[in-house]
Formats: sequence, structure tokens, C-alpha cells
Amino acid sequence: MGHFFSYIVEPGFFSSQPVRTAFIVGTVVAITSGVVGVLTVIRGQSFAGHSLADVATTGGAGAFLIGVSQFWGFLIAGVAAAAIMEAIGVQRRRGRDVATGVVLGAALGLAALFLYLGTQTTSTTGASFTILFGSMFVISPDTVPALIASGVIALAVIAVLSRVLLLTSLSPEIAAARGVSVRAVGAAYLATLAVAVTLSAVAIGAVLSTALLIGPAATALRLTRSPGRAMAVAAAIGTATTWIGILLAYDSFDWPPKQHGWPVSFFVVALVLIAYLLSYVRRTRRRPASSAELTDTTQEGTPACSPV
Amino acid sequence: MTPEQDHTHPDLLTLDGISVQLGGRQILRDVSFGIRPGEFTGLIGPNGAGKTTLLKVILGLQPPTSGRVLLDGRPRPRRAGAVIGYVPQKIVVDPDMPLRARDVVALGLDGHKLGLPLPSKVRRERVQEALAAVNAEAYADARVGELSGGEQQRVLIAHAVISRPRLLLLDEPLANLDLRSEQGIVAVLARLARELDIAVLISAHDMNPLMRDTDRIVYVAAGKAAAGRTDEVIKPEVLSALYGSPVEVLHVHGRVLVLSGEENRDGDPVHHPLDTGMVTGQAGRAGS
Repeated sequence: MGHFFSYIVEPGFFSSQPVRTAFIVGTVVAITSGVVGVLTVIRGQSFAGHSLADVATTGGAGAFLIGVSQFWGFLIAGVAAAAIMEAIGVQRRRGRDVATGVVLGAALGLAALFLYLGTQTTSTTGASFTILFGSMFVISPDTVPALIASGVIALAVIAVLSRVLLLTSLSPEIAAARGVSVRAVGAAYLATLAVAVTLSAVAIGAVLSTALLIGPAATALRLTRSPGRAMAVAAAIGTATTWIGILLAYDSFDWPPKQHGWPVSFFVVALVLIAYLLSYVRRTRRRPASSAELTDTTQEGTPACSPV
Repeated sequence: MTPEQDHTHPDLLTLDGISVQLGGRQILRDVSFGIRPGEFTGLIGPNGAGKTTLLKVILGLQPPTSGRVLLDGRPRPRRAGAVIGYVPQKIVVDPDMPLRARDVVALGLDGHKLGLPLPSKVRRERVQEALAAVNAEAYADARVGELSGGEQQRVLIAHAVISRPRLLLLDEPLANLDLRSEQGIVAVLARLARELDIAVLISAHDMNPLMRDTDRIVYVAAGKAAAGRTDEVIKPEVLSALYGSPVEVLHVHGRVLVLSGEENRDGDPVHHPLDTGMVTGQAGRAGS
């Protein structure tokens, strides 16, 4: 048994500083992405998440070029993009086509330029890979407090706005009639989404960040009925996939090619996909439609109504 | 004593000379009527007559170009969300949206508030009570997106009345419902008006499903409105004045048909239904 355990969890796994950082960051990112992701899917804003990730890539590449931590590059570019999207209304379908074709393409092109220039001056091609596809083992411990703080802020905003966000998703008109500023809520949400995308980009790379944001959330929404439970399940799925991903990536140092570990991001994204596919196996229990309709029909047919 | 006879009873809602102009188009012109507490009023008119705009003016979502909206005789407060419940037209809920019927109803209680909802016994009981008021307990734990149109309407009505408003506005809640669900919804609304003393204003392009239960109707056509008892409003001279062209009213098998009484070039009358709902309504009822 002990031998089996040491086969799965390689010796030195828990004492390694990069592994510990990866676990802390991975957990913070998975919880934030799960919670924010559920609202992103409910609000139908996966596209906005993807756009923010594209622009964040440019920010991360720019930060690399001028020698700043990618986290700040992702964050500043993401939040700025959220503000611009809110101002020009990219959420509208017509705006989406233009945004996808022109703006997001340009953003990634700029990222390519920054990465090219950056690797020319520092001759480290690894940085491009880290920005695009992430690597949880090379996260600097210095950025961990900022990562945790942004995760906590994002979760706090969601906690404060949770009911208003659900009401505006259900019907912006009802929310407006109840005195909710639908626009302000949308803007606050988009900024929170930018923070979540940033965190996810740090963990698994800007290009893959939406996978951790949308994947566990979409899986949880297939398995649960209430928004609160969906958030908890999404956070749990994200955390599990991240932890197992870190473990497998650490183990993969012994896999071919020897002494070159496989990327953590690959494992995380693959596990997210597997979890999503498994949710189709355990189909959400639907209500027995026939019996419920029968009950309803009898009620509607009864002229005398029960007192309130 | 019916509300009609009781002229001393003050209005809950008063619209006084409401006009709305949008993008150079006159949507509503000089609309005035009042609604008394607990009164069940039908807001009738063909599609595009200005019914939705009128509801939005009452809700404060559309500022009128001129005229006043009064609640209890005083100018409508900016935040009247607690006094007025609202069921908008056509809410499309995705089947995968993780909101159970009871979550939607709970959002009616405190969905506009900040912070996390604290689970409490009182909150749970109020939700249950509102679900019971619309006979929706059977599917309280089903996702709203999986419910039928009639069931969704009931849940949205429970959502709107859980905060105990004094006025409930519904925009075309009977659209796309089968006859049985239609009757069920109208019965629920009539009972809410009666038992909870909620004034209900329900818009519809077809007045027939409402005829038995409404106390009064407001007929809107071409941006103008006439209010009163059904027999006072559904008369050729009243409706002709609204439409600005000759209108005939037919009573067929207990149903009212409002027809254009225009004549063609040869002087023969051309009758076509003016409430577009008549056509679809009849088609939908062919089997019943």
C-alpha cells in the first residue's frame, strides 16, 4: 500500500516549493473560476470571457516584454478590456462579429509581436509558452498574495451581487422595474469576470483560461438545480481537476521524454473535458413530466381555488 | 357593491393625460384612466397599439413625454418596485438555467437586494405560500426552463406577488398558451385580485379569455385609450373613435369580435378582425 502510494505521489512531492505554490494558486483559481463561471454560463457570457482572455494574452505578453509579472499584464489588460466592452456594448450580437473578426484578432496579433520581441531580447522561448499555455510550477511565490487577494475580491463581489445578478439574468426588465441598475450590475460583473480570467490565465495560460472558467461550471450546471449548489460543485470540480493535474504533471517527469514533465495545463484541461463528458453519463434527474402535468391539469380544471 | 358603483373609492393608480413620443412616433396620446384597489382590469388592444409602452410608463421604465402617473393620488415615487409587481412579456428561460421554480419565486422577495440570501424559515414559508397561491407546488423543485408555458407564467406570477404588491401588471401572459392553461391563469389572477386585494392590470390582444373575470377594461388602439365596463367600451361608436375608422362589434357564440367596418371602393363593407388575436385565437381553438 505504501509502495503504491509512493508510486502515485512521487517522493518529494509535498516538500517541493513549486508544488506547494501550484497547489495554493490552483485552489484559489479553481474556486474563483467555478463560482464566477457558473454566473458566466447562466448569463450567457462565455463569449465575453473568451474575449477577455484574448485581450489578457496581449497584456501578459506586454508585461513579459517590459519585464513585469504576467499577472499584472493579464489583470490590467483584462479589466481595461472589460471597461471598453461595457462602453461599446460588445455583448450585443452585432458587435460580437466585429469584435471577433477585428479587435480580438488584432489583440492576439499584438501578443505575437510582444512575445517575438520579448524572446528576441531575452532568448527564453519558455516565457511564450507560459503566457499562452501556463505553467503552475513556475509561478513566482511573490505574486501569490496578489493572486489570493484578487480571488477574494472577485468572490466578495459575487457574494454581494449574487441575487441581483440572478434577477437581471432572469429578466432585465423585472430587475429594472424593481429599481436595480441593470447596467451597473453588468459592468461590475464584467470586471469580476476579467479578474477570474486573469487568475485562470496565470494558472493554465491565457489561451486555455476559459476552459477552467466554463468547463467545471457547465459540468456543475448539468448536475445541480440551484445556483448556490452549482457554484459549490463547480468550485469542487475545478479544485479536483487542478490538484490531479498538478499531481500527474509532477509524475510525468518520469514519463517519456525523460526529465521533461508534461504541461500541467494539458492535464487540467483534459480532466475538465473528462468531467464534462462524465456529466452526460449521470444525467440530471428530470422531474416526471407526466405526473406533474397531471396534477397541474386537475388543479386548473378545478374552479374552486384553495385559499391563500 | 361593485367598484363601478363606488365612486367615492379612491384610485390606487391614476394615469392622467399620458402621452409618449418615441423617435418621432406618437405611441400614446392623452391616455387617462384609473384603477381601484383589488380591481381586475384587462388592457386590451391589437399588437402595436401601445400596451407594452403603457405598462412601462406605469412601471417607471418609460418616462412619458407628458402626463402624470399617480399612486394613491400622489406622483409615482421613483422606487415603486415594492408596490407594483410585474410579469413581463415572453421571458425565455434556458432549460439548463439552474433556477428552480422556488428560486425564481424567492428572487421576487429579495432579488433586488445586495448580499447573500440567508436561509430563514420565514423566507421558506413565504415562498411556499406564494407557490400555493398560484397552485405551483407540484413543480416547485423543477427547473423553470423545463416547465410548460402555463407553469412558467404561474411561477412568474408567484414571483411578482410574493412581495405583496398592491398592483400587479402582466404583459400578454396568455400569449401562446393553450385554452386550459389560459383559463387556469385567468382564474388564479382573478382570485389574487379578490382575496389579496391586489389590483391586476393584464394586457391581451384578445379580450375573450378575460371577459368573465375582468371588472373593467382599458381598450387601446392607435395610441388612444378608452376605459370602463366592457359593455361601456366595446361599442362601435367608442371603438370607431379610438381606431379613427368605422368599427363593428359582433357577438358570436358568447365571443366578441371587433371588426373593421370599412367599405371598399365599390361601397361594399370589408370586415376583417382588428384584434389580431381573434384570428390566432380562433385557429388555436379549432380543436376545442
